[in-house]
Amino acid sequence: MKTENQKAWFFVLPVLLLVAFNALIPMMTVVNYSVQETFGDNVFFWQGLDWFQQILRSDRFHAALGRQFLFTFLILIIEVPLGIAIALSMPRKGFWVPVCLVLMALPMLIPWNVVGAMWNIFTLPDIGLLGYFLNHVLGINYDMTQDPVAAWVTIITMDVWHWTSLVVLLSYAGLVSIPDAYYQAAKIDGASNWAVFRFIQLPKMKTVLTIAILLRFMDSFNIYTEPFVLTGGGPGNSTTLLSIDLVKIALGQFDLGPAAAMSLIYFAITLLVSWLFYTLMTKDDQN
Amino acid sequence: MQKRSIVPIVYILFLMLPIYWLVAMSFKTTNEILSGFSLFPQTFTLENYTTIFTDPSWYWGYINSILYVSINTVISIAVALPAAYAFSRYRFLGDKQLFFWLLTNRMAPAAVFALPFFQLYSAVELFDTHLAVALAHCLFNIPLAVWILEGFMGGIPKELDETAFVDGYSFPRFFATIFIPSIKAGVGVAAFFCFMFSWVELLLAKTLTAVAAKPIAATMTKTASSAGYELGLLAAAGTLTIIPGAIVIWFVRNYIAKGFAMGRV
Repeated sequence: MKTENQKAWFFVLPVLLLVAFNALIPMMTVVNYSVQETFGDNVFFWQGLDWFQQILRSDRFHAALGRQFLFTFLILIIEVPLGIAIALSMPRKGFWVPVCLVLMALPMLIPWNVVGAMWNIFTLPDIGLLGYFLNHVLGINYDMTQDPVAAWVTIITMDVWHWTSLVVLLSYAGLVSIPDAYYQAAKIDGASNWAVFRFIQLPKMKTVLTIAILLRFMDSFNIYTEPFVLTGGGPGNSTTLLSIDLVKIALGQFDLGPAAAMSLIYFAITLLVSWLFYTLMTKDDQN
Repeated sequence: MQKRSIVPIVYILFLMLPIYWLVAMSFKTTNEILSGFSLFPQTFTLENYTTIFTDPSWYWGYINSILYVSINTVISIAVALPAAYAFSRYRFLGDKQLFFWLLTNRMAPAAVFALPFFQLYSAVELFDTHLAVALAHCLFNIPLAVWILEGFMGGIPKELDETAFVDGYSFPRFFATIFIPSIKAGVGVAAFFCFMFSWVELLLAKTLTAVAAKPIAATMTKTASSAGYELGLLAAAGTLTIIPGAIVIWFVRNYIAKGFAMGRV
């Protein structure tokens, strides 16, 4: 049982100061921009909530938000079941376990722009391994710089390549924590594989899966570097996800006000959805 | 049993293909890369690597990255340890809210906050230093470190603390000589995650540096601009960025699965 101790605050203080310094001050700057208009030379005018209205009504924002939700939905729907399936089929003991884990974790340790550049080269139609194979061996017309569908397939495949391992590692950790006795009991009861999965493995993986799903949601919802390096948001605007659009507005056009308002709306949406996931997935624990 | 192992093998092959392609390209000349498809390097060359290891603007990129990643890992773990201890052992005003607030700091889109970060770190005169990047990466690494460490500490029975205090240990001595050694694996896993996320993050690192602390991933973008598109050089630089990550993961391999199996994470 935890004891009540208000002095514990002193232990948390350094964390609080460091994170607050990084979180609150930039956040205040963003809030500041979101309600002001600037005409260069650091002259600012009070603008009220105009930017927020403008962003919320703009088709461009809706389109980017729609693409973002589609992307994140596809990522979760592919990576979570796939990650669980791979974790289930991994060996539990022996020499191959660390080898598998190390090889699987490798993509996560590659800097994000290298991942983007790597996939860009990998999929080039005439000189990339995948692009050449699809175009010249299978005869599929595949060029992600021309075809929006190909661009989407590439971005999704790249993310599956990059991050499925996170789900695998976490699910696997949940699996190895299940005592053998559970499996033996299930065997005596004559439980099917599905029943073992549904009533023993899945509940035991639940806490780690919550983390995995939350992390995958947050990171895929904020994804920027990899798709930007891969497609630059193209062809057209077909892969312009929310972050890419935001940077286009903020740094490309230097419209700080709308960009700031947009980022606050963006942040609020992320927060809301994460909170929904969090409460839904931890609801049973409270009962 | 044998049939099952097909799935991990196929998955690992899928993971290795793009990496193989990158490594293979790094041993090709840019001319060969552009002239057409070849599965293996036809004219094997080490020229790309020679360029990187002899040009200071290249190899300093790696040194810079490793420096700020190390500083970040040390800071994150150092402040996360006592905080995680407080969360795992005590109840105090606003502890649950604080824990969730820490988590939310991973959610802020970095793309948005790049400019405010630039202004903030320019204002405190840390722009273009390793410390600036190390501190900025604390934003998303500290919450994760606290989270992981708290999970591990939850697995240590409270009796350990009490026995030590009865035996007359002072708190700092107990913490350093008994408690931290008993959650070694947790510290390893947390450090690994801090390393990983700081190593791969580029947007903030690039925004907060110009010359003196420029990360390797930012140096790489110059291959696209200066002398055409030097794919061979780009591939070699990319290949080299994989190596530190591979080394680190080899060292913590035994902790990874075991580590997450304990406690919260």
